Amino acid sequence: MPDGKIQKLIITEETAKIRPFAVAAVLRNIKFTKDRYDSFIELQEKLHQNICRKRALVAIGTHDLDTLSGPFTYTAKRPSDIKFKPLNKTKEYTACELMNIYKTDSHLKHYLHIIENKPLYPVIYDSNGVVLSMPPIINGDHSKITVNTRNIFIECTGTDFTKAKIVLDIIVTMFSEYCENQFTVEAAEVVFPNGKSHTFPELAYRKEMVRADLINKKVGIRETPENLAKLLTRMYLKSEVIGDGNQIEIEIPPTRADIIHACDIVEDAAIAYGYNNIQMTLPKTYTIANQFPLNKLTELLRHDMAAAGFTEALTFALCSQEDIADKLGVDISATKAVHISNPKTAEFQVARTTLLPGLLKTIAANRKMPLPLKLFEISDIVIKDSNTDVGAKNYRHLCAVYYNKNPGFEIIHGLLDRIMQLLDVPPGEDKGGYVIKASEGPAFFPGRCAEIFARGQSVGKLGVLHPDVITKFELTMPCSSLEINIGPFL
Amino acid sequence: MADGPVAELLLRRLEASDGGLDSAELAAELGMEHQAVVGAVKSLQALGEVIEAELRSTKRWELTVEGEEIAREGSHEARVFRSIPPEGLAQSELMRLPSGKVGFSKAMSNKWIRVDKSAADGPRVFRVVDSMEDEVQRRLQLVRGGQAEKLGEKERSELRKRKLLAEVGSWRDRPFKPYNFLAHGVLPDSGHLHPLLKVRSQFRQIFLEMGFTEMPTDNFIESSFWNFDALFQPQQHPARDQHDTFFLRDPAEALQLPMDYVQRVKRTHSQGGYGSQGYKYNWKLDEARKNLLRTHTTSASARALYRLAQKKPFTPVKYFSIDRVFRNETLDATHLAEFHQIEGVVADHGLTLGHLMGVLREFFTKLGITQLRFKPAYNPYTEPSMEVFSYHQGLKKWVEVGNSGVFRPEMLLPMGLPENVSVIAWGLSLERPTMIKYGINNIRELVGHKVNLQMVYDSPLCRLDAEPRPPPTQEAA
Repeated sequence: MPDGKIQKLIITEETAKIRPFAVAAVLRNIKFTKDRYDSFIELQEKLHQNICRKRALVAIGTHDLDTLSGPFTYTAKRPSDIKFKPLNKTKEYTACELMNIYKTDSHLKHYLHIIENKPLYPVIYDSNGVVLSMPPIINGDHSKITVNTRNIFIECTGTDFTKAKIVLDIIVTMFSEYCENQFTVEAAEVVFPNGKSHTFPELAYRKEMVRADLINKKVGIRETPENLAKLLTRMYLKSEVIGDGNQIEIEIPPTRADIIHACDIVEDAAIAYGYNNIQMTLPKTYTIANQFPLNKLTELLRHDMAAAGFTEALTFALCSQEDIADKLGVDISATKAVHISNPKTAEFQVARTTLLPGLLKTIAANRKMPLPLKLFEISDIVIKDSNTDVGAKNYRHLCAVYYNKNPGFEIIHGLLDRIMQLLDVPPGEDKGGYVIKASEGPAFFPGRCAEIFARGQSVGKLGVLHPDVITKFELTMPCSSLEINIGPFL
Repeated sequence: MADGPVAELLLRRLEASDGGLDSAELAAELGMEHQAVVGAVKSLQALGEVIEAELRSTKRWELTVEGEEIAREGSHEARVFRSIPPEGLAQSELMRLPSGKVGFSKAMSNKWIRVDKSAADGPRVFRVVDSMEDEVQRRLQLVRGGQAEKLGEKERSELRKRKLLAEVGSWRDRPFKPYNFLAHGVLPDSGHLHPLLKVRSQFRQIFLEMGFTEMPTDNFIESSFWNFDALFQPQQHPARDQHDTFFLRDPAEALQLPMDYVQRVKRTHSQGGYGSQGYKYNWKLDEARKNLLRTHTTSASARALYRLAQKKPFTPVKYFSIDRVFRNETLDATHLAEFHQIEGVVADHGLTLGHLMGVLREFFTKLGITQLRFKPAYNPYTEPSMEVFSYHQGLKKWVEVGNSGVFRPEMLLPMGLPENVSVIAWGLSLERPTMIKYGINNIRELVGHKVNLQMVYDSPLCRLDAEPRPPPTQEAA
């Protein structure tokens, strides 16, 4: 350190509400080549995308220390009070102007939301008032790094202190190799709003103890403790056998923030051993298999539906509000449908409450196929239900449609009779039988709709579809349909 | 043909004849195939106003082998009569003669012979009449001479019953157009099952054959707690972004969560415990309450394992599920917002990575995949984790067929599972093997309403362990 003192970053209390945490460090006398420089930039980008959760948790700023003079201040100011020349621009702008300019920047527009509507924006200054950066958006042009930069000041700001420290550790450990004093990092002091200070990077090494037989047992191998220690050391987890010969002491470097439990060490040992070298064995777990009753019934019904001459479709569970409401002549509020927030397109607005739209859309997409078209689907629909722990429930529906030059109500009715026959539900209202009663519904032709009652409850409807429904689904021929809930038949 | 030699001959004969010609007779006369004459007739008919032709089916009669014999040698009853001398013949001896047995009862009913049962050395047969007419032989000879029509209907019937006469339909001479065995038959009118669901049935079968019990997965809506937090996936994990997960507007939050379990999960995430350092961040209940469309069926596995953990003492289990999951990702030819996930789970004491590999080997063997290799991978909730690869003969390279791992203790211990219980699990998508099996390149042709129904009609049985059909031979470029 030229003047014997380490760099200092002072955090003010204004940052607390917007982006409270910051850490810093220095890489001295670094020698960049084009490749190393590109790699340095790429590492920051990768970290931003992953652990930093797209800059929301942590943002990294790297600066040419020789263009700046510490101590540095990390504070938060009103956007109109922040003015600087940002990276790769030729003049100064206020923060407000920059937020506008970057709205159309394909790279930066994704990060604007992190600070956009807040009263104060984070900003880092040096002792001369030069802006290093306005995290997490953009660095200042003044301190930008080039291939020729020799001394780098690194700052990481964010909303997750643990992650900020990890990120700093990763950058300095990965690039200290290129410093004149190889693998040496110069610490920086960070002063917190409460006056306390701390040096960074932490670069904490810690020691963990793992029993050799634990590793063997979890992986399914039989290595000596010494061999296991060798394997772990090959994975850059320096290990040695200690104590009674069964314990392995492992030194965990700061670059391995992912090791938080013994199982992480077990994985490294297994990787070093080579997964494909492990002997494959079968567990002695003796179990009798059971089918989920609803699925068992579904499988049985599917095959007999095909035997009855109907073809199975598989349609989407997500659809537009129109599909389950307007196109069927009902209001969306009456459907008790589950709504998705911020759908990208109308196709993902709601979860379906009926299988009918899916089948009608399938017909519409296959108009050139020979008539009649006879389709069915046995699958789940979703309805809101405050009696469940999440507030919604799946129901297993069976839906069939007949599309032809004639509506074919008798065909769909016949199919219902066949289904009841298969389910061993006799015709007739008493003794747990089934009956259909005249009904009406906006999706059906008046006078050509019936409600189905079985075992004392309403299980669904069948009928000839209303011409409006036909038109709204872009069909041209008459169509009749049947839809029931098969849950009551378990 | 109408101007050919056969037609000309026919026309000349027709001119000369009075009352028409019979095509069969003409063919015999001219010494040619009946079919040739028929052809000439048809082509002359086609000219219109040249000839008139009428189709007749005639019955022809011919003698059977036995009938031929009788026409030659006389009927059995006649032979019986002739073999009886004036002094009569012992019945026993008569029966030993060739025509004896057959002719005896007929000769009796014709009243040509009689039996004297009271004779000294056994029943004796005597002639009744001096001579007889062998009508049967006479009639058969008439038929042999081609004059079957001289016999009455009843007489012919009788002879037919005795199998001495056989009816010959003139189909024997009819020309029949040869079948084109290269053409297709008429496909039966049938329904069809969807190919993806055929594959699903097969996978269900495989799991059941391996002793796996099916988990309930009939809930598309899940809370963030069961989908992420219970699986030790941290709240700041990128997968919990709006970009990858469908969150709900209504119902936005889960109404009930098992609160004491939630507390343990919260502690594990934020402070560690159960031998773990934890993630050391501020875990928020509000975040865990957020409802979503489940991104994997592993949330159902978590629920099942939690239920299992409440039952004491612990019993080992094997669970599976195949159901729909939802991802809010970029869509392309092989990715949709909804797809099906297959998941298998084994929970038992002392399970190892080697056991996981063993189970995978058995599972994939049932799919006809025998060469497996494993590569280290990363999942937030398993450690160790492995990607599973198999060698694809057609593409001549190793392709990923699944993902697997051992669930982290931070996930299992807060549930209350005993410490020495390990849980191994693996998963794959249903769509990918189906697209490979049925040769489909665009997922939209397989799943959803834009499906090609003809493809559904034509898709073969799903036999996962069958040899793949060799691709149609390609022409050299």
